[in-house]
Amino acid sequence: MTRRELFEQRQKRRSILIAATSTLLVLVAVVVFIPMTPGWEKVQKSFFNLAVLTKTLPKLIDAFQFNVMIFLWSAPLIAILGLLVALARDAKSPAMFPLRILGAAFTDVFRGVPVILTVYLIGFGIPGLGLPRPWNSPYIWGSVALILTYSAYVAEIFRAGIDSVHPSQRSAALSLGLSERQVMWDVILPQAVRNVVPSQMNMLIALQKDVSLLSFIGPVEIFRQAGVFKSLLANFTPYVGAAIIFLIVTVPATRYADYLLARQSKERS
Amino acid sequence: MAKLELRNVVKQFGDVTVCNGVNLDVEEGQMICLIGASGAGKSTLLRCINLLEHIEDGEIFLDGEDIAIPGLDPQAARKKIGMVFQNFNLFPHMTALENAMLAPRRVYRKSRLDLEGDVRSLFTRFGLADRMKNYPDQLSGGQQQRVAIIRALAMRPEVMLFDEITSALDPQLVGEVLDVLLQLKNQGMTMVLATHEMQFARQAADKICFLKDGKIIEEGTPDQIFGAPKHFATKEFLARALK
Repeated sequence: MTRRELFEQRQKRRSILIAATSTLLVLVAVVVFIPMTPGWEKVQKSFFNLAVLTKTLPKLIDAFQFNVMIFLWSAPLIAILGLLVALARDAKSPAMFPLRILGAAFTDVFRGVPVILTVYLIGFGIPGLGLPRPWNSPYIWGSVALILTYSAYVAEIFRAGIDSVHPSQRSAALSLGLSERQVMWDVILPQAVRNVVPSQMNMLIALQKDVSLLSFIGPVEIFRQAGVFKSLLANFTPYVGAAIIFLIVTVPATRYADYLLARQSKERS
Repeated sequence: MAKLELRNVVKQFGDVTVCNGVNLDVEEGQMICLIGASGAGKSTLLRCINLLEHIEDGEIFLDGEDIAIPGLDPQAARKKIGMVFQNFNLFPHMTALENAMLAPRRVYRKSRLDLEGDVRSLFTRFGLADRMKNYPDQLSGGQQQRVAIIRALAMRPEVMLFDEITSALDPQLVGEVLDVLLQLKNQGMTMVLATHEMQFARQAADKICFLKDGKIIEEGTPDQIFGAPKHFATKEFLARALK
């Protein structure tokens, strides 16, 4: 082995050793010091109670299906509405001016209001009109509130994607005799959408979590179900169970989004 | 009547006048080379001819018809005028073949099947038959630029504009692209080039126009311009460019 290789091997061994030691120290601190706190036993009983967890988990998973359902029908509608708003905001012809104003107002309003407020206002307000079943369902109007809010964010991301396509692509496409609309659909949008896939993945993950906000207006989804168990059993463990279920879904999704982002930045460099 | 005529073309970006009253006649089948320092207005002039830039004043006649009349649909003229850019500007999400077929498919509503033979023969003619299914990032710069030329030719244009199409290429790849230009010239294509390739311009051009500050200040045959330039600015530029 050359001197350089020996040196590099020694360096590598050293950094592994340092990483292992520091991890061990942190673990020891957590395992030793947290149980020494005065409230630890109570916390353990009310938050990490295995008996409660095994008892409530199946029901929590059942309730989570509502989250998944609401997510599944909201996500495609958000993608469509978000894209339409983005296109409306980028429309150039003067006849489209009202549409542009409307698009700007839409994104301003729904990005400016806390999600929970929108859920309340739409989820309680519109069923209050006394519509017949099923049009008074909080599932529908709660979903609408999420769709509106998320479309505003998604639209802005699409717009950033459209801006990220170099203007020379537009010149080239126009020079071939394509119309503005054809340039947008065939040349700009396919590239724009591809550029923002990782960002939109993050929006999907956020949406999956925010479905829980609908619990405030009625639907018994996982967060609400956990609340019911909490009251019933006087124990907070169901919330931890709910958090675990969320993590099982969101962690792989987050990892995947990060992977896409890393791959994209590698492609660009 | 010339194929393409520019009369007093003026283009401004804000306070900056980039084209300051350009007059130019391009006869059918001619190859015109625009030379001059960077910023002299060559590229902008080409973009004006293709109506990618809106001109402030002047006329641009194609077959005697003014295509730059405000309010006129630019698409009609662009179908007849092809353009190739310095940085290729291929569509990265499409294969070379799809790049070439997109415009005729959309503009003339032709099917892939109808076009394929036509476009395939263009690829074959320019030595890229085995590259049709490749994406732009799988091709060398010279290959990409030839695909860009094929893409423009697939629209069957009557005039071709070339904006410094070899400037972004490695020196050893310049030749293959210039060969394509010679082929087109031999087939009688009407062409306007903005170029820094002085040797090529001298050998191949029918007419050379020297631009400075947005104006054509001297034009003539390659022999006149390179052999006996009249203007001091032309002499100065050529002395530097040919060094």
